[in-house]
Amino acid sequence: MARRAGLLITLVIVAQMAGQVSAQGQTPGRGNGRAAPPAGAAAGRGRGYDPRPPADPAQVERGKGLYGVQCTFCHGADARGGEGGPNLVRSGVVLNDISGELIAPVLRNGRPELGMPKFDLTPAQMSDVTAFLHTFRATGRDTLRNPIPNILVGDAKAGQVYFTAKCSSCHSVTGDLKGLASKFSDPKALQQRWLMPGGGRGAATASPKTVTVTVSPSQKFEGRLDRIDDFTVTLIETDGTSRTFIRKGSTPAVEVHDPLRPHKDLLPVYTDKDIHNVTAYLATVK
Amino acid sequence: MKNIKELLFVTALALGSELASGQGLDPSALLKPLSDSWPTYSGDYSGKRYSALTQINQSNIKNLGLVWTSRITAGLGNAGGGRGGGFGGGAAAAPTIIGGEGTGELNESGPGSRSSRIVSSILEVDGKLYFSTPDNAWAADARDGHILWHFVWKTKGGTHTGNRGMGMWGNRLFLETPDNFLVCLDATTGKELWHKMLAPLSQQYFSTNSPIVIGNHVLVGLGNDLDSPAFLTSYDPETGEIQWRWYATPQDASDPALKTWANLTAAKFGGGHMWIPGSYDPETHLYIIGTGNPTPAYTSKSRGEGDNLYTCTLVAINVDTGKLAWYFQTSPHDTHDWDSTQTPVLVDAPFNGRQRKLVITATRNGFFYTLDRVTGEHLVTGKFSPTANWDQGLDGKGQPVRNPAKDFDIAGALVSPTNAGATNWMPPTFSPDTGLFYVTTEDSYAMYYLTDTDPRGSMGLGGKEEQGTGSLGTFLTAMDYKTGKIAWRHQYPEAGAWGGTNVGHALLTTAGKLLMGGDPGGNVVAYDPANGAILWHAQLGGVSGPVQTYMLDGKQYILVSAVDSLYAFALN
Repeated sequence: MARRAGLLITLVIVAQMAGQVSAQGQTPGRGNGRAAPPAGAAAGRGRGYDPRPPADPAQVERGKGLYGVQCTFCHGADARGGEGGPNLVRSGVVLNDISGELIAPVLRNGRPELGMPKFDLTPAQMSDVTAFLHTFRATGRDTLRNPIPNILVGDAKAGQVYFTAKCSSCHSVTGDLKGLASKFSDPKALQQRWLMPGGGRGAATASPKTVTVTVSPSQKFEGRLDRIDDFTVTLIETDGTSRTFIRKGSTPAVEVHDPLRPHKDLLPVYTDKDIHNVTAYLATVK
Repeated sequence: MKNIKELLFVTALALGSELASGQGLDPSALLKPLSDSWPTYSGDYSGKRYSALTQINQSNIKNLGLVWTSRITAGLGNAGGGRGGGFGGGAAAAPTIIGGEGTGELNESGPGSRSSRIVSSILEVDGKLYFSTPDNAWAADARDGHILWHFVWKTKGGTHTGNRGMGMWGNRLFLETPDNFLVCLDATTGKELWHKMLAPLSQQYFSTNSPIVIGNHVLVGLGNDLDSPAFLTSYDPETGEIQWRWYATPQDASDPALKTWANLTAAKFGGGHMWIPGSYDPETHLYIIGTGNPTPAYTSKSRGEGDNLYTCTLVAINVDTGKLAWYFQTSPHDTHDWDSTQTPVLVDAPFNGRQRKLVITATRNGFFYTLDRVTGEHLVTGKFSPTANWDQGLDGKGQPVRNPAKDFDIAGALVSPTNAGATNWMPPTFSPDTGLFYVTTEDSYAMYYLTDTDPRGSMGLGGKEEQGTGSLGTFLTAMDYKTGKIAWRHQYPEAGAWGGTNVGHALLTTAGKLLMGGDPGGNVVAYDPANGAILWHAQLGGVSGPVQTYMLDGKQYILVSAVDSLYAFALN
């Protein structure tokens, strides 16, 4: 049992770390490294919001047992609300409690006006229940609670028709895409990959952009695009030579070739159904 | 006008001793259009970020050159700025003043930390600059950038995303800290006068905002990514006592907005945090500010089918009473965490043949609005991001009608914009010379997957997975307030997506016929506001904060924050 509890806590920590995405957060710009977590921050505890020291896994496991017996019916196995009882994870009492000082009186006295009975628990047991409640994270992604639903809902036949019409001028399931689906255990990853190879918001690309810089009719340079803004353009020639040109308006002429352009051009065109159908089709390409 | 004069008179009396000694900011200076100094977040109350200064202008900007640069060192383990300390022979280190209720273990430092990244607006008052990052504040000499003092707050935690700047009243500065304290500093010494807790950290509040000083009110908004009640609070600048508090969502059954929610509990914990400053109209005493997203942000069933007022709404709050005067919802029943907190811009300009008092805003969901700022009457809606695909057109009030099929899908819904938005918190600018509103934007797509099929939904930002699928471009976009149409836009060449919620850059316009801002290539650039033609640039390696301007000893400066450094330019 102790081993299982340890595993559970590890999973919770991983889920918590994965969920550390802030709506109002701002990631430092490209080229600026993110700070390492401060040494004092308890790992995975929702950075800077949880003042509680990490709990003893054995205590959490005892609390889990007690909670299952005494509390689950009303408050739910995941503490997010059950038959009549409110969500405890967002409860002010639970959020503000450090080590039982707010939770224990509620357990001891109940909340008769709200239909909550008193609980005859020892102080040690109350402390165990409290420790268990504090293992739930209020925000962020909780993969323990939310098993990933199956996204393969499309019509593979319709997807094949769409693929033939829109994709086959560049791609073939017997050529470059041969065995595509066998490379992905997660259909979501397959879907993201075919929508935009290289992923992300188009920042990274599978095949690099190339550029042609025409200095004069007799002087043309071509290579992989290394860097461009309104003022300079840098390309890397096939032999590795790096060349930088100063840009002034349209001089020299700069033409960028983006191999992902057809993928980008389709983004405003797809319906969600098209996407799901193509994914269902490509999932058969094993 | 009478009321504001009385208010300012009372304030002036209270400030008597400080102002008599020639120190500090006279609150009436805040009523003037942006010119020599920069005494509040947007430079003046209008949010236009349009400076009347003309010494630097289109004809001479080619002669703009670097005057000074100054580097900060955030955190507890240092004394002052980049010039202090070090090996012998340097200038004496600036004093470091330490405050705070934490242990210091959670404070960030080092060049990559968010406390070393300046995104704040920088105050310029009486030849001194005042600026801040999470847990840190500095004063610097505006003539040569040397650091005068450094204040560090030992934090107890909270989300350390950024800090938007400080407010000033007399010789006092007001700083919000990530662990939710309002800290009042002596502007001369950087020493703490008092601090007040704004909200409990245990409820996952965090504070990044710049306090706004209006008369004897210090207006403070917070952030929260759970679902804790959202409020704007007015504090007394002398004592830190609460004067009034306005909640963004109904907190009791008497609130008429309650009918837009499933029930009172959903409304109470319905979000709407005001984490970016608003703008102020001294004539009507209205503080006009955008509210944040409703919560739960994505799994919205528990909120009911209604509009969820007053989340994602432009609201006008009377600063004397803290009461709502009018509202216009810019994103009814938002389902993508697209806050409408973007700074609104107050403009007096012709509209349909007569001069109107307008408010203009471009919100994170890709839509652009012009309203009457006295009454809230809707005048114009447009799209500044042509790819935005989550709506089914406009309703009779000029509000976009959301398409529920584009909320999310278990198998994924392709939605534009991404969660980061078509724009985000970076301040826009408006030039009366061109009549155009400028904002940095992105046309981007993401797949939104529903991951929580539990009918109870998820709290906060949970319950979905968002995966980016591509950016079709990032832009400097000029909008026509009369039509809601794009006047022109300049695409940043081959630029990838902006990072995080840093969608674009804070902008500046001036009467010298200049439009300035950072670009994704790390340049600070001056454009012709009429057409976006490039006039001047300097490569700084990364522009992180607003471009600002001030005039000192007859010399106009252009001030740029680039990560951990300030750069000041002037004519050679």
